[in-house]
Amino acid sequence: MQPKPLALKILDIASIIALAVATYLALVFAPTEAVMGQVQRVFYFHIGTAWVGLLGFVIAAVAGIAYLITKDARWDRFEVAAVEVSTVFFFITIVLGSIWARPAWNTWWTWDPRLTTAAITELIYIAYFMLRKGIEDPEKRARFGAVYTLLGGISAPITFMVIRLFRTIHPIVIGSANANQEKMSMTGDMKVAFFFGLFAFTVIFIDLIWHRIRLGSLEEKVEQLKLKVSM
Amino acid sequence: MLLDATPDTSGYMIAGYVFSFVVMGIYVFSMYLRNANLERDAETLESLQAEEAKKSSSPKKK
Repeated sequence: MQPKPLALKILDIASIIALAVATYLALVFAPTEAVMGQVQRVFYFHIGTAWVGLLGFVIAAVAGIAYLITKDARWDRFEVAAVEVSTVFFFITIVLGSIWARPAWNTWWTWDPRLTTAAITELIYIAYFMLRKGIEDPEKRARFGAVYTLLGGISAPITFMVIRLFRTIHPIVIGSANANQEKMSMTGDMKVAFFFGLFAFTVIFIDLIWHRIRLGSLEEKVEQLKLKVSM
Repeated sequence: MLLDATPDTSGYMIAGYVFSFVVMGIYVFSMYLRNANLERDAETLESLQAEEAKKSSSPKKK
């Protein structure tokens, strides 16, 4: 295994610091919301993880296109990394939303358009790993994976846009709401915690993707060594 | 009184943050474990490959 590059070491430290600061801003710095109380603080991590989750699914689709054009295995490793890290973050998003919904909506779950599309998106990407596990040939696995992420990538903008297109109880944070929807308003300190949360999760996301790409390279090396030894 | 007091929802907040850190921790640990296992596999396979190369290059006994 190649030694860890200095830039990655710096990014590791930056990620830990960013996560610590984002947690401080969300739990201490931001004021308590008057209507919902303390549970509103999960919103800062809910949005941060949702942002990198959906971003990663779109990036994976782009990497899938790049793989189909170039047939370069590096794009496949990048695609797997983006999907894996995003699936973890998006799972956190869904559970945090459910925790917030219990006191806010008096239910853990409801089949609201946003919640439904988010659950479908998560299931699509869990199935992606099942698909890859079922294919032995690396080239075929990468090709099928690329086509799958390309199609699956459509679910990310749909999940983002659904609260703007349909009648829903999910509040809108970014952009304008129509007359039937709830628009979440924030004070200045809340905005600081919110935007820093987005920044922190972006740094963590890049760091984890880099680590996962390196892991993918090692997986490929072991796969090739196994083939050589068995011949 | 027109306005109700802010409800105590701190238990949900704690649950949310504990869950987030636990999931992120498990993921990072899983990556560390996978990396350690693959490095061990690579070392074993490389030594096997070196042994095989040694055997095939050494002169045969009469």
